[in-house]
Amino acid sequence: MSKATRAALGETLIELADGGLDVVAVDADLAGSTTTAAFGKVYPDRLVEVGIAEANMIDVAAGLSLAGKVAFTGSFAVFGTGRAYDQIRNTVCYSDLNVKLAPTHAGVTVGPDGGSHQMLEDIALMRVLPRMRVLVPADYQSAKSALRLAAHTPGPFFVRLGRAGVPELYTAEDDFELGRAKVLRAGDKVSLIACGVEVSAALEAADILAARDISAEVIDAFSIKPLDTATILESAARTGRVVTCEEHNIIGGLGSAVAETLSEGFPCPLLRVGVQDRFGQSGEPDELLRFFGLDAPAIVEAALRLCDVRKM
Amino acid sequence: MSDPVTAATPDIASLRARAARIRVSILKMLTAAGSGHPGGSLSAADILTTLFFAPVLHFHADELDWPGRDRFILSKGHAAPVLYATLAELGIIEADELLTLRKLGSRLQGHPDARRLPGVEVSTGSLGQGLSISAGLALGLRMDHALGATARLPQVYTVLGDGELQEGQVWEAAEFAANYKLDNLTAIVDRNMLQIDGPTEEVMALGDVAAKFASFGWEASDVDGHDIEALYEALSALRRVDMPRVIVAHTHKGEGVSFMRDEVGWHGKAPSAEECAQACGEICACSEGGDAR
Repeated sequence: MSKATRAALGETLIELADGGLDVVAVDADLAGSTTTAAFGKVYPDRLVEVGIAEANMIDVAAGLSLAGKVAFTGSFAVFGTGRAYDQIRNTVCYSDLNVKLAPTHAGVTVGPDGGSHQMLEDIALMRVLPRMRVLVPADYQSAKSALRLAAHTPGPFFVRLGRAGVPELYTAEDDFELGRAKVLRAGDKVSLIACGVEVSAALEAADILAARDISAEVIDAFSIKPLDTATILESAARTGRVVTCEEHNIIGGLGSAVAETLSEGFPCPLLRVGVQDRFGQSGEPDELLRFFGLDAPAIVEAALRLCDVRKM
Repeated sequence: MSDPVTAATPDIASLRARAARIRVSILKMLTAAGSGHPGGSLSAADILTTLFFAPVLHFHADELDWPGRDRFILSKGHAAPVLYATLAELGIIEADELLTLRKLGSRLQGHPDARRLPGVEVSTGSLGQGLSISAGLALGLRMDHALGATARLPQVYTVLGDGELQEGQVWEAAEFAANYKLDNLTAIVDRNMLQIDGPTEEVMALGDVAAKFASFGWEASDVDGHDIEALYEALSALRRVDMPRVIVAHTHKGEGVSFMRDEVGWHGKAPSAEECAQACGEICACSEGGDAR
């Protein structure tokens, strides 16, 4: 089964409202794409459309939060974080408001729309903001968990959602906590620390490595900020090698966060699988993951390099 | 504070005295700070005096989180001293604390920090955002009022600078407020005609601000922003339903101080002790019977 993480947005908002939470959504002419429109169908007075005006979207959400609402914002990741950065910094974070950024269409898996719309710097932008929490869910169920976690925890959040369908890894029973990574597979030769769509790729890579007698640990670092440094350091101490996997620029994202943690806590060899400081381009999601070196073979190659084993 | 609905016509003379005290506080705190923005603080003093002391706002200084309160947002956050002086007049902060402005550890940051200082609804300072925040807040309050959360629909008042209107986001918010028919929102533009680099009409001409807002679907009017009686009339007049309202308050930067008035150089410069003494003397002399401390 394959379902996009963005599908979780509208559905989770409906569930939160059904549950009595004073939740609203603000979107900028992309409610159909982000799925906030589904929420608006059930709760028409709680979906606020601002038109193509992302800066206004963030500050209107800020105002709604001042009235006591849990305010989610939509739009695409490129506009909903980058275009409204000052609003997020100076109003949402500086005032510590209950605004939850949940833009969709992050990463190269946006596909044919091309580089202008494939946001690869959003984790970096959001991660450096004081008071901001950053969650990057790997599948539909973990996206729902991330959105619920954001809704019920006071203060600013960024939940990164994608356009393309991704394999389902979790069930509704799986429990997620802020600042807690999930060890999906135990291993002792190399740690594959991934987030978002790359968690599935890392699991696939672990299968390929297992066939070559290389035991890889796979960690879903879904909470990038706060980061589960304890789990990461403990894993690195056991395996001695780390590969980070993210659908994001290798600068500033998960790879950087893990590198910072390891350099201070347990220096060890590290390779960062991610987009190598480039913009995206048009193509189909699977093609692009391969083209940019984000698929399972790319992760395997990085792991083999660290294990000092010649490929093939 | 009295309830604006039942209040008699405000005592204009005492409001003028109040505005004078606010101006003196602005000058003293800026002199102590050694930096800051006197021009745009002085130009807005009569506007805040009218809002808080005529009063226009439904607001209880001893119950800052009262859900039914009207909200005030200082979009032109660099005019923080006029807000702090007003909060001091309301008894929310002590007069002595004003002298900590811009100092390490102070609640009185260079631009208002809502996390530090009670009475500030939201942090401001990055221009162009206050109208969007105010519009979102007005909408949220209206949603809650529709559900019976408040007996009376709370109003939102925001003061914008005129140079600030050059930010495109202000016009995104102008569209939004008209589209959502936010008739519990009032924007007051402090039209003092000056910004850091010079006269607004030379830096980036704004033209007829009221006409611009009117063309966006706002109820718009012009008023003398130093005439407290006129300001009160404009702010307490019956307003049109289904429309946000803007009042363009025509003011002078540095109003009240001869050597600062309409002088662009006093946008962001603190007075010396001597200049402060002279300025406070002028304000005291002009305030008719006012108790300018």
